[in-house]
Amino acid sequence: MEPLSWGAITLRMLAQFAPVWIALIATFTVSIIYKRKLGLYGKLFDSTIGMIGFGLVMFWVFTAILGGPMDMIVTHDALTQISGLKNKTPGVVVPGAQENGLYSYYLLGGDNLARDVFSRMVKGSWVVIAIAPLATLFAFMVGITLGLPAGYFGGKLDTALSFFANLILAFPVILLFYLLVTPEIVETGIPSYMAAVLFIFPLIFATVLLNSRYHTQPRIRTPLLIGVLVVLGWLYLSTISEVGSKIAILPSFLDGFDVPGGILVVFVSVVFVNSPTVFRIVRSLALDIKTRDYVAAAQTRGEGAWYIMLWEILPNARGPLIVDFCLRIGYTTILLGTLGFFGLGLPPESPDWGSTINEGRKLLSIYLHPALPPALALLSLVLGLNLLADGLREESLRD
Amino acid sequence: MLQFILRRLGTMVLTALCLTFIVFFLTNLAPNLEKVAKTQGNARMSDQDVNSWLDKRGYLAPLPVKYGQWLGILPGYTHQDDDGVITGRCISKDNTAQTAPTFCGVLQGHWGLSTVFRKPVLSVISERLALTGWLMMWVMIVMVPGALIIGVFAGMREGSRTDRSLSTVSILTTATPEYVSGVIFIALLASSKFGISPLLNEWGWIETKTLFKGTATSAMKEITFVNFFLPVITIALYGMGYIARMTRASMTEVMTAQYIRTARLKGVSFPAIVMKHALRNALIAPFTVIMLQIPWLLNGVVIVETLFNYKGFGWTLVQAAGNNDIELLLGVSVVSVVVVLVTQLISDIGYVYLNPRIRIS
Repeated sequence: MEPLSWGAITLRMLAQFAPVWIALIATFTVSIIYKRKLGLYGKLFDSTIGMIGFGLVMFWVFTAILGGPMDMIVTHDALTQISGLKNKTPGVVVPGAQENGLYSYYLLGGDNLARDVFSRMVKGSWVVIAIAPLATLFAFMVGITLGLPAGYFGGKLDTALSFFANLILAFPVILLFYLLVTPEIVETGIPSYMAAVLFIFPLIFATVLLNSRYHTQPRIRTPLLIGVLVVLGWLYLSTISEVGSKIAILPSFLDGFDVPGGILVVFVSVVFVNSPTVFRIVRSLALDIKTRDYVAAAQTRGEGAWYIMLWEILPNARGPLIVDFCLRIGYTTILLGTLGFFGLGLPPESPDWGSTINEGRKLLSIYLHPALPPALALLSLVLGLNLLADGLREESLRD
Repeated sequence: MLQFILRRLGTMVLTALCLTFIVFFLTNLAPNLEKVAKTQGNARMSDQDVNSWLDKRGYLAPLPVKYGQWLGILPGYTHQDDDGVITGRCISKDNTAQTAPTFCGVLQGHWGLSTVFRKPVLSVISERLALTGWLMMWVMIVMVPGALIIGVFAGMREGSRTDRSLSTVSILTTATPEYVSGVIFIALLASSKFGISPLLNEWGWIETKTLFKGTATSAMKEITFVNFFLPVITIALYGMGYIARMTRASMTEVMTAQYIRTARLKGVSFPAIVMKHALRNALIAPFTVIMLQIPWLLNGVVIVETLFNYKGFGWTLVQAAGNNDIELLLGVSVVSVVVVLVTQLISDIGYVYLNPRIRIS
């Protein structure tokens, strides 16, 4: 068999992505039909920039979900090495593919360990899509839970919290990563302890949120809070406790799932780096909004401080926060890539984009194809998130 | 104003102390010390040997004591061998046990010895910092005017076609981290097999095999356009988009102000309005952004110096952190923290100085 030409490679890649195209078309059709009923999300489909951004982001989300856990788009296993395909150019024929029931080509060539570049790129998207939004969400929980009282109460609390936030921000990010994400530090259990502290913020947030709303109606509040806390508490303990590590609180039959050590450390350090910035944004928004009339009205009504913060100030700060959320997912993606680029945290055979770029760059002057696909993938995802944020900002400013 | 600066300086010192203490704590954790002992001494040392090796070099003192010694507010450790030979922090070839000073820390100018480079930390850092200084200087020369021009042109007429295309370009550059743009640039411009270099070579436009060089190692001796363009443009592009967007935002705001309308109604030409009336007010906000961008450049520098193998400050940081070179790592963090804090201070003072509407109470 002949190696594929570039046209054939493109066609075959488009065909491989078929499930993603179907999902994208379905999403866009439904959204555009019902866009008038969908609030801010629907308005996104009025701006071209926003739609392009949304399309790029959803492309990678669908690719990650369908290609990652569901194994649909990939042509080969991301870790299997096929001898004779080391550093081979795109479109190369896989020897003996028919007999072994494999896909007959390496669409984007082989990397320096003779693995399929295309499949690794698809699998790598799952690492990013699984970690980045969730880590950003956690950073927001931490930032909101600390930033609202800092802005609302001010005073000593504000001074202390702002000092800590600036302290973390004054650290060069890469130095922090090098200090936190080395095997020696992981051995001491410090990242696990940090996880234990950082992951408790969603619990506090949910408790305060519900309690401040329903504390006048104990009959609703008590069962609601118990239910939510049991579920969240179990998730929390399952995440942080791991048999054999420094923190092993839960007995193994109760431990629902284990987060692989490397992923947890990466997750913690990314949350840790992002939360001070979120804190500063939330704090300045709270400072601004607390002078509004509706806050004064709520104070006159005798509402509690937490009710005002979470049910009066926070909903009114949602516009800038949603925009920043999109931007920050992009930034987190860049940070994850940076970690991979320096070979920190994730295992070396991991298909994530940063690690593959790092591996590919070593042979860059001779072989381009292992490094370019993950680089362009990362670029398009972050670009999509930035355009999406831009579209959202434009549309939310319009009314 | 003076009180404001003094208070800021106080916070700065406190922040620097806290940060160095954190670095000190993390690098002095037991597994890290064991790694240092095994890489410096002998990889097959027993636990007892490791302990005595560490004890001899004063690593086993309590953390606050060690930190005090490093800072220079506590007397440096001394250790007496079984043979009666005295070693210590302040004792070196030139200073015997009798003549050595009691205190020798950062405050006295003793930054310790780098275990990776086997040289005094201070000389390693100053040498590397000079190299990075050149990189930063060229980045600033390319980035700042470029970003301001893009921002001003985009913000001059909001919503025009120029605005839309320039804004998209700046979004694109902020979405491209250094390790992505660097790889793409090397692929397009510095590869002898791909991109435009083989074409140019065939046409006889360039004599060398590639248009630009993919490594900047030769730039450490002599900076040329060919070996320095790619690292500079890689860092500059990532920062450029953000500054350009800030400039655009501030420019659009100024262009809707009343005094611009007045000038227009008086019949002042559009270029004159932009140059004389709008520009000065529009450049206040970008100034702070540019100063605050410097700490971010530091990150870019680490990535780009690793990618292009330019052995400057960022490269040193990676070496120090990768080998747990405690003293060098502390030196590096002191320098970077000072850079971050000083730029913050300058940006605050500059903002007040440039903007007469803000007065410090």
